[in-house]
Amino acid sequence: MLEVEDLVVRYGQATALDGVGLRVERGEMVALVGPNGAGKTTLLNTISGLIPPAAGRYRLEGRLAQVPEGRQLFAGMTVEDNLRLGAWRVRDRDCRRIYDLFPQLGPLRRRLAGTLSGGEQQMVAVGRALMAQPDLLAVDELSLGLAPLVVDALAEHLVRLNRETGMAILLVEQNARLALELCPRAYVLEAGRIAASGSSEELSRTAAVRAAYLGGAADEAAATGIGS
Amino acid sequence: MTLFLQYAVSGIATGCTFALVATGFVVIYRVSRVVNFAQGVFAVVAGMAVSSFLSRGLPHGPAEVLAVALAALAGLVVGVIAIGRRGTPPLASLIITLGLGIGSYAVIILIWGDQPVSFTGLAGLARMGGISVQYQFLLVVAVTAVTFGLLSLFFDHTYLGKALTACSSNPYAARLVGIDVRRMGLLAFTLGGALGGLAGVLITPLQPVSFDSDVGIAINGFAAAIFGGLLRPGTALVGALVLGVAEALVAGYYRASFESGVALVVMLGLMVWQAGRRSPAAEEGA
Repeated sequence: MLEVEDLVVRYGQATALDGVGLRVERGEMVALVGPNGAGKTTLLNTISGLIPPAAGRYRLEGRLAQVPEGRQLFAGMTVEDNLRLGAWRVRDRDCRRIYDLFPQLGPLRRRLAGTLSGGEQQMVAVGRALMAQPDLLAVDELSLGLAPLVVDALAEHLVRLNRETGMAILLVEQNARLALELCPRAYVLEAGRIAASGSSEELSRTAAVRAAYLGGAADEAAATGIGS
Repeated sequence: MTLFLQYAVSGIATGCTFALVATGFVVIYRVSRVVNFAQGVFAVVAGMAVSSFLSRGLPHGPAEVLAVALAALAGLVVGVIAIGRRGTPPLASLIITLGLGIGSYAVIILIWGDQPVSFTGLAGLARMGGISVQYQFLLVVAVTAVTFGLLSLFFDHTYLGKALTACSSNPYAARLVGIDVRRMGLLAFTLGGALGGLAGVLITPLQPVSFDSDVGIAINGFAAAIFGGLLRPGTALVGALVLGVAEALVAGYYRASFESGVALVVMLGLMVWQAGRRSPAAEEGA
């Protein structure tokens, strides 16, 4: 479905991605975790075709749609217009299936997207991406700035979509606990390189990953240190 | 009072042509973030083209339509040169349009010479409420009204129009959904060319144009456009009408040579005022 090999991306002199390899199989849910500035968004924007890679390659079967970090809605336009523009690459611009999926959005269809709550905006962002009828949905920081209950509800929707339609999902998250819980397989990106990969279960047992991303021993020690 | 109305009516007519030029600025700026300094050129090209077409026996109507189409093509050419390469910074594009505007003098003189050109528009006067109004004024107002109506239909009710607005609202998101922002920019330049051309076609019968008339036309259009922060066509229309009437009154009651000074003063005042109240939040609203 998605195959990334030895991908190198540079911004001027700075190397953002340094030989990244990654695979997502058809119908799979894969997590990509890592700290701020590791290159996660750069990777998504490269496979979305926005940034030309300096070296390496990626192969994509089917259509990819991205739910970008920070939602990136067309703030001054209505919910319905936002959704319809998501279908730019396809013929079918009927938003009904999105309203079926997120019944909350139906009554809001004439509202300006910028006036919605964070959770509603994230629904519009996911809905806009789904309008493109993607075979692979790349979600960048689903949980950013949202209340845990809202995140849980959205995550549930994604899992259901994945199960029911077989749409593959690449979930990029700083909240590694959430991502590893949702996705059976994961990659850890650090400073532009894949630092670890494997089943989420194994990864969450690895001491390094626990310490760095799951608020494990090291984190707790640091927290206690500040507290005392 | 009669004199005042007479001035006001002629001011509204010229204000309408400013509004068309202003909308050209706005349409291009919204999508590409480029202030197109060649905007006045489209009006000059169209005005001169109509006069050539008429002298070659083409009737009114087709001559004007063809001239507007030519201006649209000129808009596309300016667009390709200014933003054709992906990732050209808007400031560089702005300088390119400035250069193209000046360079156009050579082309215009080569084709049409350096003398002012005019042609007869709608002849005759209508009597309205005690004042006489040139039919050409009424034509200008009617065409502007129809054009604004069509533009608002296009931007608010068509998918393509909304895609153009999306490029202005969030270019990054527009690219993510697959909209080719650069091509939309070229479309905006073409539209801007047509709008400038329309202004030229309407204004040339009222005041002859020469190769360097673009500066005056562009200054008035730009002054009107920044009423709406270069982003809102509706506010630009209001600004253009205010500007047109103010200039007609200054020219009528005082001296015609101060006419174009009005636009400069208004523009300076607006810029100072807007710079004073501009907050990061206001920057966002489109």
